Amino acid sequence: MNTSEKLIALKAIITKEILRFSRIWIQTVLPPVITTALYFIIFGNLIGPRIGEMDGFGYMEFIIPGLIMMAVITNSYANVVSSFYGSKFQRHIEEMLISPVPNYIILIGYISGGVARGLTVGVAVTIVSLVFHPLNIHSLWVMLSMIILTAILFSLAGLINGVYAKSFDDISIIPTFVLTPLTYLGGIFYSINMLPEFWQQLSLANPILYMVNAFRYGFLGISDISLMTSYAISIAFIIALYMYSLYLLRKGHGIRT
Amino acid sequence: MAPALIIQDLEKTYKGGVTALKGVNLEVAEGDFFGLLGPNGAGKTTLIGILSSLVNKSAGSVSIFGHDLGSDTAAAKACIGLVPQEFNFNMFEPPIEIVANQAGYYGIERGEAFRRAEEKLRKLDLWDKRQVMSRTLSGGMKRRLMIARALVNEPKLLILDEPTAGVDIEIRRSMWKFLREINDAGTTIILTTHYLEEAESLCRNIAIIDKGELIENTSTRQLLNSLKMETFVLDLESPLAELPQIKTHKLKRVDDQTIEADICRDDSINTLFTELNAHGIKVLSMRNKTNRLEELFMNLVENGNGNRAAI
Repeated sequence: MNTSEKLIALKAIITKEILRFSRIWIQTVLPPVITTALYFIIFGNLIGPRIGEMDGFGYMEFIIPGLIMMAVITNSYANVVSSFYGSKFQRHIEEMLISPVPNYIILIGYISGGVARGLTVGVAVTIVSLVFHPLNIHSLWVMLSMIILTAILFSLAGLINGVYAKSFDDISIIPTFVLTPLTYLGGIFYSINMLPEFWQQLSLANPILYMVNAFRYGFLGISDISLMTSYAISIAFIIALYMYSLYLLRKGHGIRT
Repeated sequence: MAPALIIQDLEKTYKGGVTALKGVNLEVAEGDFFGLLGPNGAGKTTLIGILSSLVNKSAGSVSIFGHDLGSDTAAAKACIGLVPQEFNFNMFEPPIEIVANQAGYYGIERGEAFRRAEEKLRKLDLWDKRQVMSRTLSGGMKRRLMIARALVNEPKLLILDEPTAGVDIEIRRSMWKFLREINDAGTTIILTTHYLEEAESLCRNIAIIDKGELIENTSTRQLLNSLKMETFVLDLESPLAELPQIKTHKLKRVDDQTIEADICRDDSINTLFTELNAHGIKVLSMRNKTNRLEELFMNLVENGNGNRAAI
């Protein structure tokens, strides 16, 4: 395949992936918007005023970036893991495997679908947040770059989960027992400076903490972590997961016998 | 001109230790309509899986129109269209998107992809169903959808793994007609089927695979010529009191007015009628008991390789 044909194949995969989650938007886009709106109401509006300021900002303003990030993380991951596993389960992954489209195009196609859903939900949640608080942008570039890097990273993680999954249980175990705890403990609702020294150090082992803080920097200009460290860790994870995903596809793990 | 397919010493052993293919060698000429037959578990689907890159081979080589599947993968894959045995499309997508997306995976631009999708869906009588969810299609429609999808990249080699399984006779016959047309237009076809009538009717050449080994590979005509014995069913004018003993032919009673007779291809059929006449038996009609290829196939598979003398 020449470059032009590869780009056409990539476009076909991305279109298919976007149509997939758009067609079932009531299952894919609406629920995270409603859930996040409830977070805004309960934590921001009802409990927030009693908590007071966090790093010099109102609690609602403090949690908005984290909640947007949480929606992006869970939806990027969920999109790719369910789409990839679904294509294995129904065997229509074979449509791509028999074609001349290279593995890296398949990988980028699925990741783009995950990023598209993550960003769609992220934009929807941001719009909902405007009901509760005006948008405060400190650095648009940091905000956009970090949300895209995060969506890519968790789409890759979702694909690896999808490759290994052998049942529908397997695609919910990681989100339930790993992703959700890491997200909640990733500094969405609090600054790690509030924690005792030991828990602060332990929190640094959570990669989501770096992304949430860098993203919050894009909104508020504050972060518990150095911006460069956040970028370095996100990019390092993306490279590692991309290489591993590509290895799994080349090997045909779970998709070729 | 390179053959459509060259398979050399192809082996496949699965992780559990099951050996599905034991050094298969096969060549299919360009333009051929080639039948690959074998009982369940013989290795047909594994062989097709390797050709379509869904199964990793353990050893050997595959060349498709001169492109090595291992080293010139993309060019080899571009020559193939596959209709698998089981439905493998997204049941929640409409046919038009399934077919057009498949074209996209072959680098066919979106506008052209939809034009081809329309052409194929119309050809296979699915155009009216282009926007419905695929899961709502009937079994026959789903099979035709897979054929439309396999043809959208206009493959030089079309592989069909039991394409007419579970479809009614009318649809099967119309699919045969369609496949003949595609073959006449120059597409090489490899077909696996359990319907031996289908193989006899469509295929010019036939290979029989059993327990991972090729036990026969010849033309359909030659294969049928090797059939020594045929069984005929005779409908009699009046009920038979007792089955007559005839030295020249083996007879079997089916019911009061029907008997079966084994007739050697080298013997004259007149002898049988002379004998029956001598016993006062009048025959009203006569027909082949089984499909000839089916009989041959069973003999080959039951007797093993190179035992055609027993047929």
